Amino acid sequence: MKTRSSFLGWVAKRGWRHLVAIVMSVIAVFPLLYVLSASFAVSGTLTASNQIFASFTLDNYVELLSDPGRPYLKWWFNTLIISASAATIALLFGALAAYAFSRLRFSGRRFGLGALVLAQMFPQFLGVVAIFLIVRTLGEAIPMLGLNTHTGLIVVYLGGALGVNTYLMYGYFNTIPREIDEAAKIDGVSHVRTFFTIILPLAAPVLVVVWMITYIAVASDFVIASTILSDPNMQTATVGLFTMISLFRSDNWGAFSAGALLSALPVVLMFLFGQKYIIGGLTTGSVK
Amino acid sequence: MLRLLTPKPASAGSEFRPRVSIFGLISKIILIALVNALGLFMVSQFFLVNQVGLAVFAILGLVIINVIYWRRKGLPAKYLTPGLVFLLAFQVFVIIYTVIISFTNSGTGHNVSKESAIESIINNSIVRLEGSPTYNVRVLEQGGNLFLLATSPDGEFLLGGNNQPLESVVPSNIVSGIATEVDGYSTLELAQLFAVQEQLAELTVPLDEDPAKGYLRSANGSSAFIFVQNLLFDASTNTLVHSSTGETFVDNGEGNFVDANGEQLQPGWSTTVGFANYSKVFGAAAQFELLGVFVWTLSYAVASVALTFGLGLFLAITINGLRGTRVYRSLLILPYAFPVFLSGLIWSGLLNETFGYVNQVLLGGAEVPWLQDPILAKISVILVSVWFGFPYFFLVCLGALQSVPTELAEAARVDGAKPFQVFSQITLPLVLVATSPLLVAGFAFSFNDFNTIFVLTSGGPINVDSSISAGATDILITLVYKQAFVSDTVDFGLASAFAVIIFLVITIMSVFLFRRTRALEEVY
Repeated sequence: MKTRSSFLGWVAKRGWRHLVAIVMSVIAVFPLLYVLSASFAVSGTLTASNQIFASFTLDNYVELLSDPGRPYLKWWFNTLIISASAATIALLFGALAAYAFSRLRFSGRRFGLGALVLAQMFPQFLGVVAIFLIVRTLGEAIPMLGLNTHTGLIVVYLGGALGVNTYLMYGYFNTIPREIDEAAKIDGVSHVRTFFTIILPLAAPVLVVVWMITYIAVASDFVIASTILSDPNMQTATVGLFTMISLFRSDNWGAFSAGALLSALPVVLMFLFGQKYIIGGLTTGSVK
Repeated sequence: MLRLLTPKPASAGSEFRPRVSIFGLISKIILIALVNALGLFMVSQFFLVNQVGLAVFAILGLVIINVIYWRRKGLPAKYLTPGLVFLLAFQVFVIIYTVIISFTNSGTGHNVSKESAIESIINNSIVRLEGSPTYNVRVLEQGGNLFLLATSPDGEFLLGGNNQPLESVVPSNIVSGIATEVDGYSTLELAQLFAVQEQLAELTVPLDEDPAKGYLRSANGSSAFIFVQNLLFDASTNTLVHSSTGETFVDNGEGNFVDANGEQLQPGWSTTVGFANYSKVFGAAAQFELLGVFVWTLSYAVASVALTFGLGLFLAITINGLRGTRVYRSLLILPYAFPVFLSGLIWSGLLNETFGYVNQVLLGGAEVPWLQDPILAKISVILVSVWFGFPYFFLVCLGALQSVPTELAEAARVDGAKPFQVFSQITLPLVLVATSPLLVAGFAFSFNDFNTIFVLTSGGPINVDSSISAGATDILITLVYKQAFVSDTVDFGLASAFAVIIFLVITIMSVFLFRRTRALEEVY
């Protein structure tokens, strides 16, 4: 560690590593700075956005929020509601299953665990046609679960509640000493209470991670959301922004940039504040 | 369908019988009651719309759920059921249903059942009888139903409604030869007519018991004309017959009624077509293209994962232990935090041929067709996918590196291993072992990486000669989506056939992959 005898020595040993880190950080951050600048650019076109932070105006935000043809605020809240509900319920279902896999022994357990890993090979949206027709049929009987409803979409997403995320939680639950459960059992605490009041709080880091991963996955889903939600008032920000930009890519650029930023804001904040959890959760759950 | 919000099982089959808490028992009863109430509501709704199959499934599901939660044993099932129910409905059943659809012609023009198709064909065939006389009418209302009070051109007074043929009636009020009121019915004024527009549009009063005679219809509520239904369905011969010309339309077995010249009546209905969709997929021309798409999908997945992982690992090794690691980490994590669909759109702007930042600013006005040239587009989508994915592998590898026990490295060093040897023979293998299951997962993800491709190029640049409209960067999953939802005439059947083939390909691949990795062994 004490070999920093000369500047050249330092460059050879550490300097190039800083250089790599800085270059990659620039590449990672640049597109996001670019979109931030574009959202504040005076003329909302693609060309004008090329001058990074050359001008500042909130016009793009005003335009984005004031056009009744594209109810951006609604999209934003729709996304929040759909993603948060789906993530929360999926987390609960997944945690329940992970608890069973971690603490109970039953026939089919090994198969089940294998299936959880395999499940991700078959993303739900492969069956998008069937999902569309199923939801359409469901809606004829129960309008609340039909096309153009948030509940219908959330219910579809719950189909993916058991999957690799359950496996992540299972891995984490395994690291919680079994003696804790045993002690609770001897004290006469029921398994349900053990689960909710002992295991879940101890597993908070992985729960946070899984919730965030699910939230992000749902919020960025386009395929299923776009087929189930066709009414602009019901759409999520992802679907709405895509429709908005796919028609007039270069003219709407400023408003789109503003919309993209506002949509990404909750997720980015979650990431920055939850970084500690993410790293802990990802590594403990999957790597160990 | 929050049917199964949860298991609140009260009993445990173990030697230590826990105290049964009143709170627990009550919550359990409330939850199960809620699930049952919702379930029964669904069952009744299914029956209402004649979805008997779904109703039976729902009943069966409810019975099983009640058994699971009321019996003492079977604790694991109580924890697994909530997730499993949705898994069965929206993953497993979706796959089965996809297979079923792949054998049908479902899609544009073939969206409904045969009964509904016949009904709308017949309704479309109702036309005004040419040269038919005008009847003066008033719209009457009784118990929410509408009726027509008609004064025929001969001065006859008639009354009738939907499915209730016209009959002579004695009006209680007549204004200048036109009947306006009948006892027991209320006559609607102009303003009131406005409110029942839709109901009025559907008011079709048969002239006689024999439907072939025609119907009286009124668009404005004051004058009516005779309409005739041109087509009649003959169930015994399964044909539609034109009432005046006698022309017959036969069921062609492919979901349409056709005349002698093969001219189709619209709409058609959804019906099974055997392997027709599959032979389209594997048709002479398509087969070759499909193979091309498959090879590209595979190359994309492999290249994307390899580069993403390689870069992530390299960065983790480079940055681990550096002063300021945390700052770098916060910055490098950002692409992962930005929803892919949105950052994809941003990249498509950056790479825009004429106005994009990359061409305009970085390359000083060059017009490099990043996303327009078939080869460049392939390279671009791979590079952008690396930008999306490297933070994930960077984080995972960083975690794995930091969890390698330091004693191991130290022991090796004591034994005289050089730093590089320590790294290549101890640290790296441990990291690889730890991350290999994630590589498989990453591969699976890239294989179906719809978002990146769709957002950047929509599968393009388009290849005009393609018989399955596959573009240069189309991977299998984008092809399915475009087939089903983007083109003018959607073809659910064909799209599902594609999906089934992808399912099969993935199954074969995963068997192969999992045999070769320790992914599954890790499980046990």
